[in-house]
Amino acid sequence: MNEVKKPRTILRYTPGERANHWIIAITFVLLALSGLGLFHPAFYWLTSLFGGGTWTRILHPFVGLLMVVCFAVFAVRMWKHNLMTRQDAQWLRQFGDVVNGREDKLPDVGRYNAGQKVLFFALVLFLLVLLVTGVVMWRVYFGAVFPIGAIRLASLLHALFAFLLICAIIVHIYAAVWVKGSVHAMTQGTVSPGWAWKHHRAWFRQVFGLPARK
Amino acid sequence: MALQSLDIKRRSATTTPSPSVRAPAAGSVAKLIDTTKCIGCKACQAACMEWNDLRDEIGVNVGVYDNPADLTDKSWTVMRFAEYENPQGDLEWLIRKDGCMHCEDPGCLKACPSPGAIVQYTNGIVDFHEENCIGCGYCITGCPFDIPRISKDDHKAYKCTLCSDRVAVGQEPACVKTCPTGAIVFGTKEDMRQHAAERIVDLKSRGFENAGLYDPQGVGGTHVMYVLHHADTPGLYSDLPKDPVISPMVGLWKGVAKPLGVAVMAATALAGFFHYMTKGPLESDADDERKAEEEIHHE
Repeated sequence: MNEVKKPRTILRYTPGERANHWIIAITFVLLALSGLGLFHPAFYWLTSLFGGGTWTRILHPFVGLLMVVCFAVFAVRMWKHNLMTRQDAQWLRQFGDVVNGREDKLPDVGRYNAGQKVLFFALVLFLLVLLVTGVVMWRVYFGAVFPIGAIRLASLLHALFAFLLICAIIVHIYAAVWVKGSVHAMTQGTVSPGWAWKHHRAWFRQVFGLPARK
Repeated sequence: MALQSLDIKRRSATTTPSPSVRAPAAGSVAKLIDTTKCIGCKACQAACMEWNDLRDEIGVNVGVYDNPADLTDKSWTVMRFAEYENPQGDLEWLIRKDGCMHCEDPGCLKACPSPGAIVQYTNGIVDFHEENCIGCGYCITGCPFDIPRISKDDHKAYKCTLCSDRVAVGQEPACVKTCPTGAIVFGTKEDMRQHAAERIVDLKSRGFENAGLYDPQGVGGTHVMYVLHHADTPGLYSDLPKDPVISPMVGLWKGVAKPLGVAVMAATALAGFFHYMTKGPLESDADDERKAEEEIHHE
């Protein structure tokens, strides 16, 4: 019995999924910083990170397109895992238990919990609106295409949905920091059986071919 | 700016006061354009080109007298010719010199995200400082009069400066200097209002009972004003807006949305921080691993 027992792990994200996630994450950070730089004078200094205001104006839309394309691929891969179920509604109703970490009182969670699913579809919606409004605002190429009323509405909505996106991502990042082991899943791909058992029990049983309960 | 400006009333994307110690004692300035005296000679356009060293592309005739057909980055003023058939069945040729209105509450300046790319001097002139312009076009989005134009060559926004360089040294704008009929005059805004009032009395005595001054209050008044024969229907003059205002969408976007948005984003981050500090992390421990192993081996 001298052999070292290697702890069992579960693959949660493939290398491809991780790479895609981090491209989206990096582009998001670039977009948030450059967008905030143009949104509020208090953050204008952030445009220096991109080589000044003019470079920020030039780069932001292209980085945005890259994010949308990568996110579209990611969303297609993750779509089926994020469909809402009856238990998800119950999970959302017990939001007090969620924020207080009383997972034992919550219904068994599949690969994703209801909060993650809500975030997923919120991101799909936000990025769709940001894409459309961003194109309408893109003066260099589309300045002459859209009427001024559409450009004004797009400018307002772009700011609003960027604001919503940033708030949503703050929640997303916080949740990853809060639930220990989540960051490991997205950096190295794996989680421990205990992690899966505690936070995503239905998924845990599915992975090991165990009968579903509760 | 090579010379230091001490007369900046407002500066785009700037949250602290700008140097504004120097203000004209006689009050702000205004250019008054009397459409009733305009003969459509375009000398103002030529003077504008000459003083500002601008040479627009030679265009093509589009079937009307307007030439060029629209404002461009190199044509900061354009005469717009409207043919109006009045209720008596007579033709009125309503000619309006179009260009920046130099709003007291400038939508371009409000919308501009680049510090100091747009300034308003204490004399009321709204000026673009193109070296700070990033070419985003928000000034166009903010302008109620559709005036600024982005250059296809350098992607900077341009518009009438009200010859701020001439005015700064006590001269009138080039278009004013050249106007052969005296349809364009320049002075303090107060003097221009008085001059307009006299013109309006005269026009009314000649049967233009709706003659009036165009100094729209929705944008806080303007430092370019018109005397119109038909001040009740400014739309007759090539769609001059009746009650121009900064669009409520731009007002919201560049108004309350900015501090509110930043505050809520900061609050969201802080909520996360304090949640962690009060509730602690959510961890799976050895006990969870044991229970997981048990369940795996039970089956």
